Amino acid sequence: MTPGAEVSALWTIPTAAFLLAGAALALIGSLGLLRLRGFYERVHAPTLGTTLATVCIAIASMIYFSALESRLVLHELLIVIFGVVTTPISLMILVRAAVFRDASQNRSSFPRTGENER
Amino acid sequence: MSMLLTWSIAVAQILLGLAMACAAYRMLRGPRAQDRVLGFDTLSVDAMLMLLAFGIKSGSTIYFEAALIVALLGFVGTLALAKFLLRGEVIE
Repeated sequence: MTPGAEVSALWTIPTAAFLLAGAALALIGSLGLLRLRGFYERVHAPTLGTTLATVCIAIASMIYFSALESRLVLHELLIVIFGVVTTPISLMILVRAAVFRDASQNRSSFPRTGENER
Repeated sequence: MSMLLTWSIAVAQILLGLAMACAAYRMLRGPRAQDRVLGFDTLSVDAMLMLLAFGIKSGSTIYFEAALIVALLGFVGTLALAKFLLRGEVIE
């Protein structure tokens, strides 16, 4: 079955636009993970994929399934809420673990911005 | 107009595949353990987005549940690995 066979162009165009935007944002985030130098710079990049790319692809999926089943389908909202809630938790614990490891091993990559900050 | 959706899904899957390759490179070649954990987290998120793209391609909502499970397991795995790096054991 070809996708979008019975979905009109009014709904396939925003679906395609949001899908491509989300995939491009996820690729940009992963490229940042690949290209940035230190761990503390690298940890910022994939959040682009977990927030904006997830929202874009979930919106594309919601538009497409709402048009396909001709009713409002919103269950992709669960993935968005889950991603927005869990990403800061896991990355904060991961950065705390990295700070702990760097501080205990006296690594030079440990970011020191001030005397009192840690 | 279904041609547009077919091609945009194919391009989006190629882009998400490249993103997964970048995350897998960082997971396999990360200089330190936290880089590998970060690569695993990104890989799970990209796999979840890839499953959503598969769901749009096939037109069934089964892939949505698979994406939700991948997101859940990625979160739990990242949390357990970060906790292991922090303390040396997962459950204290």
